[in-house]
Amino acid sequence: MRFVDEFRSADKAHALAAKIAGLCEPGRQYKLMEVCGGHTHTIYKHGLEDYLPESITLVHGPGCPVCVIPMGRVDDAMALASQPDTIMTSFGDMMRVPGSQGSFFDAKAQGTDIRMVYSPLDSLKIARQNPDKRVVFMAIGFETTTPSTAMTVLRAAAEKLDNFSIFCNHVTIIPAIKAILDSPDLRLDGFIGPGHVSTVIGCRPYEFIARDYGKPVVVAGFEPLDILQSIYMLMVQLSEGRSEVENQYTRVVPWDGNLAALTAINQVMELRPYFEWRGLGFISHSAMRVRPEFAKYDAELLFEVPGVRVADPKACQCGEVLKGVLKPWECKVFGTACTPETPIGTCMVSPEGACAAYYNFGRMNRRRVVEVSIS
Amino acid sequence: MTDRGTWVDQALREHEEHAGPLSQEAEPGAARPGAAQPGAARPGAASDREQQVLDRIDRARRRRPRVREERITMSHGAGGKATRTLVEAVFLDAFRNPLLEPLEDSAQLHVNGGRVALTTDSYVVSPLFFPGGDIGDLAVNGTVNDLAVSGATPLYLSAGFILEEGFPVADLVGIVTSMKAAAEVAGVQVVTGDTKVVERGKADGCYINTAGVGVIEHDVSLGVANAQPGDAVIVSGPVGDHGVTIMLARGELDIEADITSDTAPLNGLIADLLAATPGVRALRDATRGGVATILNEVATAAGVGVLVNEDAIPVRTAVRGASELLGIDPMYVACEGRLVAVVDGGEAGKALAALRSHPLGADAAIIGHITADPPGLVLLNTAFGGTRIVDLLVGDPLPRIC
Repeated sequence: MRFVDEFRSADKAHALAAKIAGLCEPGRQYKLMEVCGGHTHTIYKHGLEDYLPESITLVHGPGCPVCVIPMGRVDDAMALASQPDTIMTSFGDMMRVPGSQGSFFDAKAQGTDIRMVYSPLDSLKIARQNPDKRVVFMAIGFETTTPSTAMTVLRAAAEKLDNFSIFCNHVTIIPAIKAILDSPDLRLDGFIGPGHVSTVIGCRPYEFIARDYGKPVVVAGFEPLDILQSIYMLMVQLSEGRSEVENQYTRVVPWDGNLAALTAINQVMELRPYFEWRGLGFISHSAMRVRPEFAKYDAELLFEVPGVRVADPKACQCGEVLKGVLKPWECKVFGTACTPETPIGTCMVSPEGACAAYYNFGRMNRRRVVEVSIS
Repeated sequence: MTDRGTWVDQALREHEEHAGPLSQEAEPGAARPGAAQPGAARPGAASDREQQVLDRIDRARRRRPRVREERITMSHGAGGKATRTLVEAVFLDAFRNPLLEPLEDSAQLHVNGGRVALTTDSYVVSPLFFPGGDIGDLAVNGTVNDLAVSGATPLYLSAGFILEEGFPVADLVGIVTSMKAAAEVAGVQVVTGDTKVVERGKADGCYINTAGVGVIEHDVSLGVANAQPGDAVIVSGPVGDHGVTIMLARGELDIEADITSDTAPLNGLIADLLAATPGVRALRDATRGGVATILNEVATAAGVGVLVNEDAIPVRTAVRGASELLGIDPMYVACEGRLVAVVDGGEAGKALAALRSHPLGADAAIIGHITADPPGLVLLNTAFGGTRIVDLLVGDPLPRIC
């Protein structure tokens, strides 16, 4: 199939893998973080780690939209959804994220009107079809999804559609990366930069990583060869002692980002002073809220929202996993108390979560499996 | 609402009871990646520890299934993990008997010295009419196939209708006409039935239940527990056509593709296969949960590994394209006219030839084989050249597919 198979060629992968292995200094260990959960998913789904030498470890980062939503925000969303004459709309990923009182799926089974949508524009359609209901869109995600939420609010305003609002949980990736760089727990050698976020923000925002922290960044696409090539590009930088921001995903990511998208975000939203990230705690200027000019589309203002911080279950180590300090299987409850069907932490919920990816695709002993798979 | 706190506590208690400590946990942080010395080789201990965790998970997965939810969710009907938990913890627990226990597609009964297969299935597909068929075709073919994969010759069906007040009679006539035609093709008769009508809003147009009986004439005993290392795994044609067709037919996605449902009776194809070789060990029709679910059932029931090659799995380009766009895996998408066969490795060529000489098996392919290790796991050699596991489906990407 065109535009897919050429990015999954095993022959090209073998050639790249040989070049990567050739760049490894004997005795040196390399730790590269893929910031984005979409990359984590690709790595596990295609078995990409089989191509890497043992001295390269991929560390999974915090870029999974539903993984970082804290319990308290889920509880707030549930409170919104259970208001009379209200329809809550949400991306499918969000449906199983546990709050302290269960998930959207649990609430739906008990009769709360929660509908799955593929785009915020679908929520707008539901609002048009149900003028006697108040329709709320559970807005989540990094800069990848923020523009579409912003455009939807602009469209609602243009149509004067007053029964539509958003519960804004959009977060921004840079403060999270900075938090990881400042964390004493982890020594990283370089970053595989988030591809889809960068289609919006471009590559410039990562320059501080190379300049101030001396770590190379390569913005990467989402096919397995994209990721392998970006690892190669990082290894070339490391072997030459460089730390720069490079763009592997040039077919999609413009260096300066998407001005129209950034303008739309800026028109509708502004930075919050601080926002809680699940497992990572409060990070300042790390999330967006609706600007006062668009207050009538802000569900947080329209409805009574508890806004209470809810602590994660004690045993949950999602924070350590999101920071890359623990591998998924090193979490105490991984795969026993916490599984994709009954997740305790968010990393086990989304297909982009590191724990879910490892549980669903990587739950095997690689050394034993290598013997079987070539038999 | 569910008290999440309570069940989390419960899950953790259970975990403490069953898991047991890991040997290295006595040394806090010993194998934490952050604690590894720069320049040191990747510690071998991490791999051992990982293996211990994998063993612990394996034990947790073997534990008696329990339904944790207080209410039924859509996942319970999706054919994946939640369905299996519900079936085992509620239905099997209540009705347990040796005929039900294998949880095969139909029960095998001994009646007056003969062997009879009995099965039942309900159909709630939405939309009722879709490219390539309608709920009537599914209601006949699905039940015929559940009999045929047990090695039975399907003979008689029952048909129960639950109709919603206001449902157009013309639509009902259309559905019944499809059932009649499908029954003729499959060589079965609908010999008994039932009709119920519920108030508007209490059902979605038309639901159908069919039960079927057939006789097992071949001297075969088919079952997924029979799989042995060295056996070949065969699918009878491209996978995922039905599920993707239904998803697109709902019109919610604004994707158009030239795909039709694969709904078809498989009894003719299976009769040819069983006549061609005595080496068939298990047959399943790949409905809800798709091929991936069946491969997991084989791995679990027989205590074997299943190794499949992604390159070898036939998937139509349109199905693959739609699946890529929607982020779903065709391995999990329902078919209504495809079977998975586990066949003695030495007989695989004969089996494949028999399937390919029938119109419904023209694109049959060997997709992998059974291995001794690792027991209970399905491994996939990806087209990219890596290896990963293929687990049971969690959640429900496509509700009410059949």
